[in-house]
Amino acid sequence: MNNNSQSIHIKRDILIRLVQAFDSNEFEKNTASIPFQMRPKDCEVPYRCCIYKEREIIKDRIIADMGFSLENLDESEKLEDFALQSLDRKEAEENPLTIIEAACKGCVPSRVYVTDLCQGCVARSCEKTCKFGAIEIAGGKSNIDASKCKNCGMCISACPYNAIVRLIVPCEQACPVGAISKGDNGTAVIDFEKCISCGKCVAACPFGAVNEKSQLIDILKAIKMGKKVVAMFAPAIAGQFPGTIFQLKSAMIKAGFYDVVEVAQGADVTTRKESAEFLERMENGAPFMTTSCCAGYNNLIEKHLPEIKQYVSDTKTPLFYTAEIVKEKYPDAITVFISPCVAKRKEVQVNDNIDYVMNADELGALLVGRKIEILDMEDTKYQYESSKQGRNYGVTGGVAGAVNSLLPDDKKAKPCYIDGLTKESIRQLKKYAKDGTCPDGNLIEVMCCEGGCIGGNSTISNPKIAKKIINNLLEQSSDLK
Amino acid sequence: METIEVRICSGTTCFVMGSSFLNELYDLIPQKYGDKVIVKPSLCLGQCSSDDKHSKAPYVKVDGEVISSATIEKVLLAIEKKVGENE
Ligand code: SF4
Ligand code: SF4
Ligand code: FES
Repeated sequence: MNNNSQSIHIKRDILIRLVQAFDSNEFEKNTASIPFQMRPKDCEVPYRCCIYKEREIIKDRIIADMGFSLENLDESEKLEDFALQSLDRKEAEENPLTIIEAACKGCVPSRVYVTDLCQGCVARSCEKTCKFGAIEIAGGKSNIDASKCKNCGMCISACPYNAIVRLIVPCEQACPVGAISKGDNGTAVIDFEKCISCGKCVAACPFGAVNEKSQLIDILKAIKMGKKVVAMFAPAIAGQFPGTIFQLKSAMIKAGFYDVVEVAQGADVTTRKESAEFLERMENGAPFMTTSCCAGYNNLIEKHLPEIKQYVSDTKTPLFYTAEIVKEKYPDAITVFISPCVAKRKEVQVNDNIDYVMNADELGALLVGRKIEILDMEDTKYQYESSKQGRNYGVTGGVAGAVNSLLPDDKKAKPCYIDGLTKESIRQLKKYAKDGTCPDGNLIEVMCCEGGCIGGNSTISNPKIAKKIINNLLEQSSDLK
Repeated sequence: METIEVRICSGTTCFVMGSSFLNELYDLIPQKYGDKVIVKPSLCLGQCSSDDKHSKAPYVKVDGEVISSATIEKVLLAIEKKVGENE
């Protein structure tokens, strides 16, 4: 979930300036001056040790926002050069995340640490409990020899003063699959063999060190070249902006999109197919079925949970069907998915009908950068009126609710919810798969993000507010038939 | 006694810069001040338009006074001050 921290504020600030720079007639030069505008000479240094470090981090963010990896960067290269290259680039890079080394260095690797609360007591329970001989009392205080410590934490429970603590690394703690760890040089490294692109580390890092590699420039370029750029927005996006989705459509068209389509439209297709599939599976004696629309979950299945595959619905995601419909209507269009999360970037990479991803933050920055006031916009209708059920896909309970709405009364599903992928809930899913039964229900709705996509890492709204805005929309929408 | 008016901006810029996280104020303020203080959403307060003014969004107005980079704490503090002046 996005938590509206200061680092998110800075990220959006930079994106807005990048849009402004792109719209100016001196893109490279104005991009290069962003760090200096944001941290001018003699300004207060709000967060880091010095202004140079702050500028360096801003520069790195801009590089990621222009779509480049920060790993193995040539430090002598100037922002101008990156800006130029971003204009030339034909294809996006593969892995969606990159880490800002200078921002990441601020946080210490996970270890067991003796605080000042240590009384140097005579009992020395810590020293006695440590099986590895890593603790020694010196200078009246317990000391841990890092080379011997195995991080087992026995001493933590042994100390009667609670003087020993485990320093956690927020990204490591947040990652449900152990894919990120602080390397020897003090910078976090993501193991992309394991990473499911859930984005939890993006939201968890207090320094904002994990950045998405944006495709913003590629999209802006396509719009500028006069291509038919069609936006397809996820149901959760409806809750990320002020005003109605009809005003949002006008605003996006003003920002340069050729047409705007709700992914809720494709959700209606998913619901129809998935409810039929559910009936069929149950008739064939399946113990349960899980939903298949969450990209984070699909990445998890692929990399860590293949044993559950046989229980996962074969129905495609709402985005898949939406993109199919759009490409049929506009074969020459450049399609852009407006996303609440990082995970969908992976789904898009393997779908030829979708060209780019723009997350909610980036769309927000585009509207701000182009000074488009959503609340001043007229309503524009959608060619297809999506259903209440389709529009509720981004909220936990929405997908199972939609599927259930089409099932006959005597064959309703008993839904159960995995509301957020965590180490714990992944264990639960593993158990369902292993036992071949799920005691909690027969339709398992899996959402990688807590609360559903409105809790996605790239969202803008407080999830409570997003839910409220979406509920207003549902009241005006009709049931799926 | 005059009522104090609080306007939380929900223009595009302020919303994108996080004004939905100020929404708790719609509950907090009436709880704390009853009808002495009224709190309403607002269209763009006109603070964000030039150059890099978006940096300091979200904006809130407390009795006409503009609060930039608004947080719940900052807004409550400003109200507290106004209430003090009014008494
Ligand atoms: S995106 Fe998710 S899976 Fe990948 S490293 Fe971050 S927390 Fe782990
Ligand atoms: S729950 Fe929604 S927002 Fe979160 S990873 Fe899955 S698809 Fe993305
Ligand atoms: S959007 Fe809040 S001041 Fe303009």
